[in-house]
Amino acid sequence: MQSKHKLFNFHGGLHLPGHKEISTGQAIGDVFIPSRLVLPLQQHIGESSEATVKEGDPVLKGQIIAKANGYVSVPLHAPTSGTVSQIIEQPVPHPSGLSATCIVIKPDGKDEWIDLDSSADYRQMDPSALRNRIRDAGIVGLGGAGFPSFIKLNPGAKTAIDELIINAAECEPYITCDDMLMRERAEDVINGIRIMKHALQARRCLIGIEDNKPEAHAALKDACSKLGIDDIEIISIPTLYPAGGEKQLIKVLTGKESPSHGLPLDVGVVCQNVATAAAIYQAVTYNKPLISRIVTLTGEGIKQPGNHEVLIGTPVDEWITYCGGYHDSIKRLVMGGPMMGFNLGTDKIPIIKTSNCVLAFGEGEADAQEQQAMPCIRCGACMDVCPAQLLPQQLYWQAYARDFDKIQDYNLFDCIECGCCSYVCPSQIPLVQYYRFAKTEIWALERDKKKSDRARLRHEFRLERLEKEKKEREERMRKKKAALKTGKDEKTKDSKKDAIEAALERVREKQKKSQTQTKNIDNLSAEQQKKIDDIDARRNQEQKDSTS
Amino acid sequence: MLEAILTMSLLAAIFGVILGYVATRFRIKGDPVVDKIDAILPQTQCGQCSFPGCRPYAEAIAKGEADINQCPPGGEATIVALADLLGLDPKPLNPENGIEAEEKTVVYIDEKVCIGCTLCIQACPVDAILGAAKQMHTVIASECTGCDLCIPPCPVECIHIIPVEEDISTWRWPSPTQAGAEITPDTQTTVTE
Repeated sequence: MQSKHKLFNFHGGLHLPGHKEISTGQAIGDVFIPSRLVLPLQQHIGESSEATVKEGDPVLKGQIIAKANGYVSVPLHAPTSGTVSQIIEQPVPHPSGLSATCIVIKPDGKDEWIDLDSSADYRQMDPSALRNRIRDAGIVGLGGAGFPSFIKLNPGAKTAIDELIINAAECEPYITCDDMLMRERAEDVINGIRIMKHALQARRCLIGIEDNKPEAHAALKDACSKLGIDDIEIISIPTLYPAGGEKQLIKVLTGKESPSHGLPLDVGVVCQNVATAAAIYQAVTYNKPLISRIVTLTGEGIKQPGNHEVLIGTPVDEWITYCGGYHDSIKRLVMGGPMMGFNLGTDKIPIIKTSNCVLAFGEGEADAQEQQAMPCIRCGACMDVCPAQLLPQQLYWQAYARDFDKIQDYNLFDCIECGCCSYVCPSQIPLVQYYRFAKTEIWALERDKKKSDRARLRHEFRLERLEKEKKEREERMRKKKAALKTGKDEKTKDSKKDAIEAALERVREKQKKSQTQTKNIDNLSAEQQKKIDDIDARRNQEQKDSTS
Repeated sequence: MLEAILTMSLLAAIFGVILGYVATRFRIKGDPVVDKIDAILPQTQCGQCSFPGCRPYAEAIAKGEADINQCPPGGEATIVALADLLGLDPKPLNPENGIEAEEKTVVYIDEKVCIGCTLCIQACPVDAILGAAKQMHTVIASECTGCDLCIPPCPVECIHIIPVEEDISTWRWPSPTQAGAEITPDTQTTVTE
């Protein structure tokens, strides 16, 4: 039945060597508790969470340690029980290598849960209650971008969702965390998908899985038949990088193209990752927040590559040591895959919600970064492989010339930074680096513009205020002079007396008013009164102490 | 003959009324060129261009009384944008007005030293300093434009310039050309020569 599903092609793409077998040899490793957990407050797209604990506080596993701050934000939970040892700036997984505020927890080894509510049946819950539960569990897209999942499950009353698409493609080489998750926890995935389908009231549901993962495909199929589910289609798609890009996967499965600058929602599609589905199942059914995830540890620089369930906040160095450590041949450490990941300058950073893979390149593995870039020969190979149908060469020239207006005419912001263009470039030009550079430059310019607009407003307001004050001063001077003039004619004493009389009258009136007004210590409750009495007693005592 | 004259005069009168009405009804308030120039200027209101603020400088440029290379905070980018707008050739920044700063700065008041004289508050062009007479003052860093106008009036030298620190949300990818490894179109010509 599934083979009948009509598939479409997206433009470009690449057949890359998979290197997936390195890390699929063994079962998912168990959770281990490191000596400390470092939890950045910003692990998702949107506003960073706001810490609700302070240094020295004891925490239980699953307890909220930072709350959502705004709509596009989610809370953060303690991954194990222990004490909050510090709230400080720590290096976080980011291409900049900069630090950000993190909550550091020292585990006590007991791994003691908070009281979890009894399990719930999602079918009895309405979509908005489901979304709240998913937000409170701190779930974000686990595919890599980290967008809060509950927002994606809230399409609005007017938008009907035709398709819920589950991204199980995992197209990037080396990464196998979704593959292993599907092989071992297929029922969690399928149950999570049913919850999302219920929340979205989606018409149909498609799982897109690349055909290089037959075991995972079979596991999902088994889970479906075991659970008696027939409204989820599992569709095998050709292995072609980047088929797991959101817009590319939607194109392959439905033929629909998401608009430029638009969302899949605009064409009635919502796309979620398989790992997100499993996390949602745990959150909704058992009320377990997102405190761990499956991460791939792979590459020739690693002694024992594989997949592990890792607590969020586990330092990478401790984790790798626990897993057997590095080979001497290690050349370079990458967070994410070889195509879209970024280099790590240090391994003293934590695993966060969006970390899917830690890749240690060994001696033998190709390292394009060390090759010298040559001039562009205008071959157009980059254009042929671009899955977003952009003109990478034009983008390159504009970024090179720093023409940030023109580069947007070439739809820079539709670039998904998949790295296909850099990969095929015969001159080894780091094309994606140019686009990333241009994007952040444009954002910086926009920030500057906003700031200068605000400065202009404030300056204009200040000038206006000064003008007003000057006028008022002149007015006062004029009045005073007029009063002086008239005062000479009449008796000055009288007018002074009058003024004093008027002032006294005002004071009297004010006093009267304040007497009639109720004071804030009237109508106190017994509890409040007791508090005040206590404080008075303490003060008296203190006074006595100081005098004696 | 008379008919023709009457017709022409009538037409002239009608069109005159229409034009007169349109001229008042659709009058463009202010000078749109000044607005456009002002939009390009960085709004630090620092006065380094020798005019009291960005708007007066924009007006002077529009009138042709000032050159486009007098804004050090805007630097080369502003000069290029102004040249683009006005159809002029870009020229290097006039060193008499100052030099382009390498990094963005804000000011910081050492609160232990501040005596609460309010002189800096009066000097700040964007009301970014908070305080009152004989009370400690402080700078609202997010509103500070880094114009440094508050520094000369301070009698106790408690105002310091500090660089704006980069964090993850404002971090920018370095340009691959700056990394230096690549043979660029510029160097390419020197290679072939």
